[in-house]
This record gives sequence, structure tokens and C-alpha cells, in this order.
Amino acid sequence: MRNNSVIGWLLAAPLSLVLLVFLVAPIAMIVVVSFWGATEWSIYPAFQFDNYEFLLTSDVTYRVFFNTLKYAAITWVITLLIGFTVAYYLAFHIRSLTWQIALFLLCTIPFLTSNIIRMISWIPFLGRNGIANSTLMSMGVIDEPLEWLLFSDFSVILAFVHLYTLFMVVPIFNTMMRIDKSLIEAAADAGATGWQTLWHVIIPLTKPGIMIGTIFVVAQVMGDFITVRFMSGSQSANVGRMIQNDIGLLQYPSASATAVILLITVLLLIGTLLRFVDIRREL
Amino acid sequence: MTTISKVRYSRRSLLKSGGAAVAAAALPAPMVWGQETKDITLRQFGTGVSNLNEVAQKVKEDLGFTLEMTALDSDSVTQRAATQPDSFDIADIEYWICKKVWPTGNLQAMDTSKIANYDKIVGIFRNGKLTPESVIAQGTAPHTVGFTSGVNGTDFVDEESGYMTLIPTIYNADTLGIRPDLIGRPISNWSELLNPEFAGKASILDISSIGIMDMAMVVESMGEYTYPDKGNMTKEEIDLTLGIFTEAKKAGQFRAFWKSFDESVNLMASGEVVIQSMWSPAITAVRSQGIPCVYQPLEEGYRSWGGGIGLSASLSGMELDAAYEYINWYLSGWVGGFLMRQGYYSAVPETSKNFMSEDEWGFWFEGKEAQGDITNPFGDVMEKAGAVRDGGSFYDRMGAVACWNAVMDENQYMVRKWNEFIAA
Repeated sequence: MRNNSVIGWLLAAPLSLVLLVFLVAPIAMIVVVSFWGATEWSIYPAFQFDNYEFLLTSDVTYRVFFNTLKYAAITWVITLLIGFTVAYYLAFHIRSLTWQIALFLLCTIPFLTSNIIRMISWIPFLGRNGIANSTLMSMGVIDEPLEWLLFSDFSVILAFVHLYTLFMVVPIFNTMMRIDKSLIEAAADAGATGWQTLWHVIIPLTKPGIMIGTIFVVAQVMGDFITVRFMSGSQSANVGRMIQNDIGLLQYPSASATAVILLITVLLLIGTLLRFVDIRREL
Repeated sequence: MTTISKVRYSRRSLLKSGGAAVAAAALPAPMVWGQETKDITLRQFGTGVSNLNEVAQKVKEDLGFTLEMTALDSDSVTQRAATQPDSFDIADIEYWICKKVWPTGNLQAMDTSKIANYDKIVGIFRNGKLTPESVIAQGTAPHTVGFTSGVNGTDFVDEESGYMTLIPTIYNADTLGIRPDLIGRPISNWSELLNPEFAGKASILDISSIGIMDMAMVVESMGEYTYPDKGNMTKEEIDLTLGIFTEAKKAGQFRAFWKSFDESVNLMASGEVVIQSMWSPAITAVRSQGIPCVYQPLEEGYRSWGGGIGLSASLSGMELDAAYEYINWYLSGWVGGFLMRQGYYSAVPETSKNFMSEDEWGFWFEGKEAQGDITNPFGDVMEKAGAVRDGGSFYDRMGAVACWNAVMDENQYMVRKWNEFIAA
């Protein structure tokens, strides 16, 4: 018995150590630094609430957090719709396993390139004289180039959806594949229509996948800074860019404070989501 | 401290650089060292402007040691110079960055008596005056942060003390870049940046310390306000300046903001933007794609900047000797010619002249009409015969500087307000 518990501790030790060194310690450091002070070129240890005070009393902070949440919410809805549809098609409409795997791999091909390149390639496409505008104009749909295609919220969200939809497809597809097909047959036998089966059988059983995908997408969008910078032409701000600006200007304590607030926001968000679905039980 | 043996120019390098080396040999002491210098590596970092691999290659050829170049944006450069003194040997930074970094003591003062061409450095970097009659422009003028009191000084002094903080290497006068083909009328004032005629087609750079100066030029040109010192605004002046631009931003004046050189080139070349703050080589980059682009001289004058080389405080012994050798080599002309053929100016123009053709010197420095094709150092044709440099000669351009890039006393406040402007 005693021997077993020692082995148990030993087995858990490597992972705990890794987490301690690479996750807990850096976060603890960020929290500590968030109370420090900064001059223009240095930071000094202190315990003061200045950083938080400035952050929480500035209406810019609220605007920026709102903007970040807005991006996350819109991206979430769109990636969920697309991701669910793609996963549904792969799981229930493609009959052979070979084709399922082949088509699934097809979905991942764009992800073999760097995400910066995938993002930046939108810029010439959407520009004032870009392919999208010149095509639409030559088709006679529009007379003047659409300005809102690039350097706008539209282009930011488009890039987010493009970058993160796969993170929704994978977990949903995964849970759908594990749904017992006889449940769907039973629903059909009991006289359920296609929509009823979808709503009352498939969606409830896919919830854990949806939830995991949601966590992936929301966490990535909330933490992003580079997509917003490039796709909005630096004209919009989100929390990530606020942190990046602070770091660029050597204001590490203020960057840390923003990071702590962002971390709390994201944890609250995910905590709330997890109340709806018990991922542990469902997995 | 280790000492190293020095040998004169090897015959091979003499033959290689031909007549240029004759000019170089006439100068006090550009030397090549023996075997041990091959093991010296100096780590230089700075903005992309002058951190060029060609320079590192030439250093290897002429001086024998290895120069490792890292190019970063202005913010990262400041950050690194201020916080990681051991991560570099040579900092290639701008004077306004120097104002921020120097007090940290991460850089060491340079003894001007060891700088061969010190006496030939243009006045801007010594007493602030280009010519004896020049008026010193507003902002962080290089000579105000160019000298310190002694080897270990962390202060700035007004006179030529014999201890320089940075050895000036490169500078230029910046203005607005425009697309004449898409604008179709003359532009002669900074205020045009906020002209509603260019709504959705204007851009400004998102580097606060430089952007605020461009903004100040615009605000003055609009007649909204005249600053006692654009380079050192009060909180009220910062609010006023950013207020005007926030309003313009909300009204959709700007297409985008740019932070890196490449972004500014792409915005202009693609026609997303027709008027914006821009840097000289970005203009030539657009033009070399066959797209018309003008570095428009404006009535109110230029916003100027200057950069120099600083030595890390931890540099000593053989490496320090090598660094001085590098600095002397830097000012001896080859780099100057290399930079001037891209549209920048060298701190010691007269030595650079030896490394430029008469036509190139005439075009870039004297503002004369090009006699033949003007190529950049990479061999691309920049201008055809008959072209004249935008803004004219060195003295026309550097003589019309209205302000220098600056760091203000209220810098932290300005930065916060700048972030609000970006988030607005």
C-alpha cells in the first residue's frame, strides 16, 4: 500500500514539475510584477495598486475589453456554425472511414503553413484594388471598391474565423464519431424528423466537443494581438495589443496587470461555460 | 586587458578595394589585425535602417572580425538597450532613444580623441548648427544628447566635452510621402494629411514618439496651435494634439496605421493610402516598383532624425579596441556612401564622397540633375537620367528641419494618450 502511493507520487511528479515550472511559476511572476512600479526604462519591486487603479479607472480599458469580447463572441458563433456543419457532414454523411479520414486531412492542409502567412494573404485579396474588389467590379455588382473589406472589424473577424474554425471542427467531429449510431436509428424509429434528431439527440451528445472547441476558440481570440494589428491596420485595439504596447514601452508592470485581468476574465468565462457541461463526465 | 598585434592592410584587401583603399590608407589608422581578430565577434543591434548584412560582410573583409546584426523595431531596440545590456556590444540607436537609454548607464562614453574623423563630423552633431547661421530646430536635437561629462557619465552636457554618447552615423529629413498620380494636384503643407479630400486614404505611423511629432507638424500647419516646443509638449498640448487626430480617426480619415517599414511600402504601393508619414527608402522602394511616389517637401519644413552607434558598458579589452576600429571604419566613407546611395546622409559626408560616383554625389548630396541612371547599392535603378532628388540638396533639406524626433518630459502621459488614440 505504502509502496503504491510512493509510485503514484513518482508517476505524477514529472507532469507536476513541468506544470509548476512552466505554468504556475510564470503566472505567479506575472501576478507579482503587476504590483511593481515602473519608470521609463526600468521596473522596481513594490507593492502598489497604481497599475490596477489606472487600468480599472480608464474608460479605454473597458472599451478595449468590450471590443475583445465582441471579437470573441462573433468569432465563436461563426466558427461554431461552420465547424458543426463540417463535422456533421464528415461524421454522418460520409459513410466510409477512408473518405472521412481523407476529407478530415483535407481540412487541415491550410494549417500546414504559418498562421501569419494565412492571415497576411488576405490583405492583397481584400484591398481596395484587390482581387475581391476587382472581381466584384468587373462583374458589375459594385461600382466603387468596398472600403470595409480590409482594415475593418469585418477583416479581423474573417481572419479569426479562417484561423480558428479547425479548432472547432476537430473536437466536435471527435465526439460525433463516438455517438452510437443505433441512437440515431432509434430516434428515426420513434418517428423523429431529421431536425428533431439533430436537436434532441446529436447536439446534446456533442456538447462536450462543442465546449472544448469553444474553449479553444475563445481563449485564442481573447489572447490574440497580431491578427487584430494586421487585419485592422492597427486601427482597432484588443487586450492583447494593449499588453503588447505596454511591453514595447517597457511598462512591464502595467502589462502584467492587464494580463492578470485578462486571465481572470477568461477563467471566469470558461468557468461559466463549464457549468453547462461537465466535460470530465462526458469524455 | 589583452592587447593584440596589428598589421597594415593586407595586399589582397588593398587590391580588392582599389582606389578606395588608397583614400582609406591616407586616414590615420584603419587596420587589419592578425589571426586573433578572426575570433572576435561584435553583436550589433538596431533598427533595420542601417543594420545591413552588407555592412557586416564588408567589416569581415576590411577589418577581419565578425559583426552579428540584429534588426528590431524602435520600441524593441529601446527595450533591449535599456534592459539587456549584456545582450549586445554595439547599439545602433536613434538620438531620442539615447535620451531614454543613456541614464541607465548601459552604454559607455566614447573618447573623441580616438575618433579619427571627429573633426569632419557635420555640425548638427557637434554644436547643433549645420552652418554658422543655422537655427537649432525643436525636439531632441542630436547635439543635446550627444555629449556626456566623462567616461562614466550618465548625464548630458551642452558643450563638446570630448566624450560622445553616440557616434553619429546616419540621419535624414522626413516628410510626407504622396502618390502624385492618385492625388493629381500639388501638395505643399503638412495639414493635407487631415484634408477630408483624402478620407480613408491617409495613414500615420504608429510609433508614438515619432508619430506625435508628425501630428504636431500637422496641427501647426492647420493653424490650430503653435507650440512653444513641439519636442516637449505639456499635458494640455498632448491632449489637444491627440484630440484633433482622434476626431479625424473617428471620421474615417485613416486607412490604417503602420509600424514597420514594409507596411508603409505596401500601403502606398497598393494604393490603399495616397498620403502618409513615410521614410525615405520606403519612397524609393515604392518607386522602384514603377509606381510614382514623391517625398514631398513641405512649406513648414522637415521632421528630422539621427542615429548613431553606442558601445555597451560591458565592452572592454580587445573587443573595445575592435569596436573603436569599427567606428573609425564606419566614418571612413564606405558605409557613408552605401547609406547615401539609399537616400540617407552620412555623418562625415566628405569621406563618403570618395565612395560615390560624381553623378551619385551630385544627385543625392548636391541636389543636381542625374546625368545617367542612379542605382542603389544593390544595383536596382532608382532614378533615370534627368531626375532631381525631392527636396533638393543636403543643405536645402537639412537646413529646413523644423523639429527632431523627441522624447518628452511627459512621455509616459503621451504614451498612454497615444494608446487611447489607437483604441479610439
